[in-house]
Amino acid sequence: MSGVVEGVDLRQVAPEPAPPARRSPARKPQNGIQFRWQQKVVTYLVLTPLAILFVAPFAWLISASFQPMGEIFSTSPHWVPKDPTLDGYKGFLDVGHLTKAQQGQGHGDWRWFANSAFVAIAITVLQTFFNALCAYCFAKRRFPGRNVIFMLFLATMMVPGQVTLIPNYLIIKHIPFFGGNDWMGNGGHGWLDSYWGLIMPGIVSAFGIFLIRQYMLSIPDQLLEAARIDGASEFRIFWSVVLPLCAPALAANAIFTFQGAWEDFFWPLIILSSPEKITAPVGLALFVVQNRTSWTLLFAGSVIAALPMIIVFLVFQRKFVQGIALTGVKG
Amino acid sequence: MATARPLVRTETDAAPVKTGVRWTRPRLRRKIRHGNRRGLPARVWTERSAYVFLLPGMLIFSVFTLAALIFAVYLTFHRWSIIEPDRPFVGLDNYRDMIHDERFTESVLNTIYFSGASVPLSMAIGLLLALLVNLPLRLRGLFRAAFYLPVVTPFVVSAILWKWLYNGDYGLFNHYLLQAHIIDAPLLWLSDKNLAMPAVILMSVWAGTGFSMVVYLAGLQAIPDELYESARMDGAGVWQRLRYITIPMLRPTTLFLLVMGIISSLQVFTQIFVMTSGGPVSRTTTMVYYMYLWAFKYFDMGYASTLAFALFLMLLVFTALQLRLVRQGFEA
Repeated sequence: MSGVVEGVDLRQVAPEPAPPARRSPARKPQNGIQFRWQQKVVTYLVLTPLAILFVAPFAWLISASFQPMGEIFSTSPHWVPKDPTLDGYKGFLDVGHLTKAQQGQGHGDWRWFANSAFVAIAITVLQTFFNALCAYCFAKRRFPGRNVIFMLFLATMMVPGQVTLIPNYLIIKHIPFFGGNDWMGNGGHGWLDSYWGLIMPGIVSAFGIFLIRQYMLSIPDQLLEAARIDGASEFRIFWSVVLPLCAPALAANAIFTFQGAWEDFFWPLIILSSPEKITAPVGLALFVVQNRTSWTLLFAGSVIAALPMIIVFLVFQRKFVQGIALTGVKG
Repeated sequence: MATARPLVRTETDAAPVKTGVRWTRPRLRRKIRHGNRRGLPARVWTERSAYVFLLPGMLIFSVFTLAALIFAVYLTFHRWSIIEPDRPFVGLDNYRDMIHDERFTESVLNTIYFSGASVPLSMAIGLLLALLVNLPLRLRGLFRAAFYLPVVTPFVVSAILWKWLYNGDYGLFNHYLLQAHIIDAPLLWLSDKNLAMPAVILMSVWAGTGFSMVVYLAGLQAIPDELYESARMDGAGVWQRLRYITIPMLRPTTLFLLVMGIISSLQVFTQIFVMTSGGPVSRTTTMVYYMYLWAFKYFDMGYASTLAFALFLMLLVFTALQLRLVRQGFEA
C-alpha cells in the first residue's frame, strides 16, 4: 500500500506539458521520410478517398437537413438539395409556420438545445473550478490524510460510470428536501426530472482532478510561499497565483468536460422525463426510437446539435490535441 | 519589537524564538517538515483551509461513487422494484438467476463481439491514418480535421445519421452497393440477424478512429528523429524502419488505446439504443443495454444491479491497468 502511495506522490516529477514546437509542414522531413513527388502523389491518392469516406456521411447530413421530405425519400440521393427548404430548422425555431401535416409528424423544440447549453455550460464551469480546487490541495498543500484522500479519489477513477448508474438513479430519487421529499428522502421524486440531478454528480471528476494536479506540480513552491509571505489568504493564492499558471490544463479539462456534457446521453435519458426539460441528444434519440418520420426535422436538429461541438473543435483545435497529449500519453 | 522580527529565517537566526511570538506560516511549515512536530490536531487546524477546499469534491464523491457502490452491492441481494413498496432480501437469488439467464450470456457474447471487432479495427485504421497524416504534406491539417470530424460529432447524431444510411429502401449504403452491382437486392442492415452487429460496429469504428489517430500522432511525434537518422545510415528501408522503430516505440500508446478502447466499448449503449434497440431478436443486446432493460423497462433494480456488477468484474482488470498507464504516463 505504501509503495502505491509513493508511486503516486513523485514530487520530483515536473511534467513538461509544453507542446512540441510547431514544425513547418512540408519542409522538414519527419520521421526520416524524404519525399519524392511520386510518393507524394501516391499518398494523396490513398488519403483522399479515405477522407471522403469519413466526411461523406456528415456532408450528406448537412445536405439532407435542407431537403424536403420528398427529396430525402427519393430513390437516388441528392447531394445538393434541388429544392432547398428551411422547414427542418423552422420546426425547431418557430413551430407555428409549419403545416398541420408537418406538425402531426411531431415537432422539435428549441428548448432542447437551450437545455443542453445550460447544463453543459454549468457542468463545465463548476467542474473546472472544483477540480482545480481539489487539485490544488493535492498538489500544493500538505495536510494530514492527504495521501489517503488522494488514493480514494484515484480509486474512483476505476469505477465505470455504468456500474453506479442504477444506485445513483435511486440516490437522486431520494435526495432529502427536494422534489417533495421529506428529510428521510421519501415521498417525492427528489432530483429526478430536474437539472440538479443532471449537474450535481458532474461537478467534480477524478480524472480531471488528476490531470490538473499533475500540471500544478510543475508550479514552483516559491511562488506560493511568496504570496503567503505577502499575506495572501489561501483562497487568494489559489485564485490569483495558481489558477492563472495552469490555464492550459484548465482549458483541456474544460473542453473535454463540455464535449462530454453536451453529448451525454444515458444519464439525461433516465433522469429527465418532462418534454420541456430534456436535452438535445435525448430529444433527438427519442424522436428516432418512437419511429416518427419527419427526417427533415431530425436532420436539421442533428446539425444544430453538432454545431457547438464543431465550433469548439475548430476554435480550440490545437488545444484538443494538446489535451489528448496531456491525458497521459507520452509516446 | 514584533515589527523587527524577520519573516523569513536567515543564516544569522538563532534557534526559533518562542517567547511571545506567534508562529508565522513559513516558520510553521518548516517546523512541520523538519521534526519538532506539533500534534496532529494542531496540524489539522493550521491546514484547515485545505479541508474546506476539498469538501465539495469529497461530498460528491462519497455520495455518487462510494455510497453508490455500496448501495449497488446492497441492491444485488434484494428484489427492488421502483413501483412496489415491498423490497425483500433474496440472498443470492439474483446471482443464481443471472448465471442461468440465457439472455445474459448472449449479451456478454454480443458485448465481446462488439469490443473484439471495433477496438482493433479503429486502432489499426487509426494507426494507418496517423502514419499518413504525419507525412510532410501541405494539406495534412485538412486531412487530420476530416478524420477527426466524426469524433466531435455528438454520438447520438452519428447514430441517427447512420441509422438512415443503413435504411433498407432509401439508405445510401444500399443505393451505392446496388449501383456498383456488389449486391443484387437491398440489404436490411439493421434488421438482419447477422448484419446488425457488423453494421453497428462499422458505425462505431467510423466514430472512434479519429481519436486513435490523434493519440497515435502524439505518440509518433514523441519518437526522436535521431532513431530514424541512424537507421537510415545503417541502410534500413521504409518497412524496416516502420517494423523496428515506429511500431516498438508506439507500444505504450498502443497499450493505452487498447485499454481505453476496451473499457469504453464494453459499456456500449448509445448506438444500440438509437440504431437497433437491441434487436433483431436481441442480436445486438449488449450488457449495458440489457441492464437498462431490466432497470427501466422491467423495473427490477436488484437484478439490474447484479448485471452491472458482472460488468464491473469484467472491467476491473482493464480499469486497474488503465490507472497504472495513466500514472506511468505522467511519471515517464
